[in-house]
Amino acid sequence: MTAALLRRHATLLVMPLLVAAFLAVTVAIHPDFGAFDVQSLALGALPLALAAAAQTVVVISGGIDLSVGSLMAVANVLAASTMQHAGFGGALLIAALILLGGALAGAVNGAVLVFSRVPDVVVTLAAGFIWGGIALLILEQPGGGAPQGFLDLAGGTLGGAWLPNALVLLVVVVAAVWLPVRHSRLGLTLYAIGSDRTAAFRSGVGVDRTRLIAYVVGGVFSALGGLALTMTTGIGSPLSGTYYTLSGLAAVVVGGVSLTGGRGGMAGPMFAAYILTLIPTDLIFLNIDPNYGQVIQGTLIVLVVMGGGLATLLRTRA
Amino acid sequence: MADAATLLEVRDIARRFGSVVALRAATLTVRAGEVHALMGANGAGKSTLVKMLTGVIRPDAGSIQIRGTPRQFRSPAEARGAGLVSVYQDPALVPDLTIAQNLRLARAAPEVVRRWLAQFGFAALDFATVVRTLPLPTLRLIDLARALAAEPDILLLDEITAALPADLAQHVFAVARQWRAQGRSVIFISHRLAEISALCDRATVLRDGVTVGVVDPAQGGEERIVALMLGAPPEQPAAAGIAAAAAPAGPPALRVEGLRSGEKLRDVSFSLAAGEVLGVAALEGQGQEELFDCLAGLRRPDGGSILADGMAQRFRHPADAIRAGMVLVPADRVQALLPQRSVQENIALPLVRRLADWGALPIRAERARVADAVRRLNIDTRAAAEVRRLSGGNQQKVVIARWLAAGFRTLLCFDPTRGIDIGTKRQIYALVRELAAAGAAVLLFTSELPEIALACDRVVVLFGGRVVQELPAAQADEATLLRAAHGLASREGMAA
Repeated sequence: MTAALLRRHATLLVMPLLVAAFLAVTVAIHPDFGAFDVQSLALGALPLALAAAAQTVVVISGGIDLSVGSLMAVANVLAASTMQHAGFGGALLIAALILLGGALAGAVNGAVLVFSRVPDVVVTLAAGFIWGGIALLILEQPGGGAPQGFLDLAGGTLGGAWLPNALVLLVVVVAAVWLPVRHSRLGLTLYAIGSDRTAAFRSGVGVDRTRLIAYVVGGVFSALGGLALTMTTGIGSPLSGTYYTLSGLAAVVVGGVSLTGGRGGMAGPMFAAYILTLIPTDLIFLNIDPNYGQVIQGTLIVLVVMGGGLATLLRTRA
Repeated sequence: MADAATLLEVRDIARRFGSVVALRAATLTVRAGEVHALMGANGAGKSTLVKMLTGVIRPDAGSIQIRGTPRQFRSPAEARGAGLVSVYQDPALVPDLTIAQNLRLARAAPEVVRRWLAQFGFAALDFATVVRTLPLPTLRLIDLARALAAEPDILLLDEITAALPADLAQHVFAVARQWRAQGRSVIFISHRLAEISALCDRATVLRDGVTVGVVDPAQGGEERIVALMLGAPPEQPAAAGIAAAAAPAGPPALRVEGLRSGEKLRDVSFSLAAGEVLGVAALEGQGQEELFDCLAGLRRPDGGSILADGMAQRFRHPADAIRAGMVLVPADRVQALLPQRSVQENIALPLVRRLADWGALPIRAERARVADAVRRLNIDTRAAAEVRRLSGGNQQKVVIARWLAAGFRTLLCFDPTRGIDIGTKRQIYALVRELAAAGAAVLLFTSELPEIALACDRVVVLFGGRVVQELPAAQADEATLLRAAHGLASREGMAA
């Protein structure tokens, strides 16, 4: 019974250990690693973690969203260009509107692919180009800004020097969106359609409706990611799209979510986002060209997926 | 017609898919308190009718009435709301969820499901188990229990017994009788005529999308059902009288000694001569899957030996087995075929690897062999552009045709007629006999015991991963086989 429980939650155990191992390596090569570095880590990981969250929801439901990064960029430049001269309250209002827009954008993605029967990859790839263009139309050059109070939502350390706001914000926001979904019937149907669409349909699940909702939740997380980009960088950058789409997907895979759908959770990709942020940091500490970070990231993806396959193999052999 | 006792009435229902007419004018009347069989050869429109009753597709014309009220279902959930619940041909459980989560998904009450499962002998089943890890017969009974928990007025059972060993199938029959006794109805679909005549009150027979008759299936009704399904007088069972009494001479085409693999396959030995059909009889999970997988190179044995034409074989890959002339016809056609490619490509696939890896393919020669195989097996090629659009029986013929075109020595047939109608079934067994007559050795496992005597010369019975009995087909009547397959009178066998 305990063994079965351990097996089912293996990623929940392995991922924190992996993060701890990476942190240990970081401290070993850079003994000065302190509260400030923890804060920059949390700031760097925040947008990536939210991109991963957006992708996780969609991937669990058996889809894939290649427009996550571009939608983040739109939210980012919208925020940076409209909040520049707003007060804190105004900024929050704008943020709320942008979240609504994210949900709408996700709904459009979902509706198009449900009604047209065009594969998810094609629809979201196209949507990615469209959002990418719109981001550039809104803000041609990196620029804009946001009130300090809004930046401090992620930048400060309210809970003591070692507990950056960016981390607290991530946990609160992801929990606020995901937990109600996960623990309702909706969460069950998300996993069901990702695991076996026919069986889910025969069990009485509204498959089209559930797919659409997955993209809506994904859109909300993408918009959150865009807002997080504004908070952590202080500006709007219209070209950030591609990086967050692909790295978010990488975090999903490293975090133990099956790309075929139906398996995995939200916690794994969150830890993975931290690991993927630590790698280039470590390389800088080691005085190695940070571009090697991409090589390492790629290697890590393959190793993790292979490791998952190996674990399954050992389990079936045992 | 629609008197008070009529629960379900389907009238003149029709549906076409593009240019293919699946249903022309199907009629089905199910009374309260009856077990009603729905019969039809492959392509008769049976599965289309089932899909309409369960809200998967909508009819082009005609009406469905439940208790006299016209109904249109847009999803299985709506059909359930109207009191019609189905157990599908393949499991409708989501593999990555636990049993409990699957029940919640379908809004089924766990206590009720548990009570039914207890009645089926699965009282100890842990509902926190992930469905993926459970064996197929267990899944089928969970499916059934979940459907029963909805307390349907009309229970539709589509080929549920196909994946059940005889002892578990008894539970299904008991449920159907209980439903009848309570004045509710069961629509029962099965290819096993014996089940139909033992269980059902009436049988509706479809042919070419039209209801051709409603028959009382009890005594003597079987032949009439077959006649209606085939639209012509039934041929005699393929192999009756063909079974050769004399042992064929020459070295065995296949000899297996002390083969074992994993938990299930303990110690199996037999030999199979060229020109012989050797049957394998076993209940679910007695090592037959492992045996066939080892022989086809899909699995490595832990011990024992496989000799093809006297030469010891060690297969590392299915390609090794194919090179040694041993080819597999699996129960699940999808495992062997590329469903989205054409009949021609599927048949040509194993040919390709024998040709040079480089250079142009000798397309003309390939085409000739493929055409020859299609003609010999009488494959219906109207939907040849994509194999997945063929009926199950025709798909199975494509699997055999590809090996015919590629050439083989030993044909390993693992439940080749699973889910295939009686007419095509007979054609497949006739084909197996014909191949054997032409010098092939055939090892044939079938989950339907009465069929052993039809197609085989000899039978080995597996129980607990060992050969427990070997008989000539003439003595292999169902009762004898069933007893042997249960391990004679051993405790283990009876407890299953």
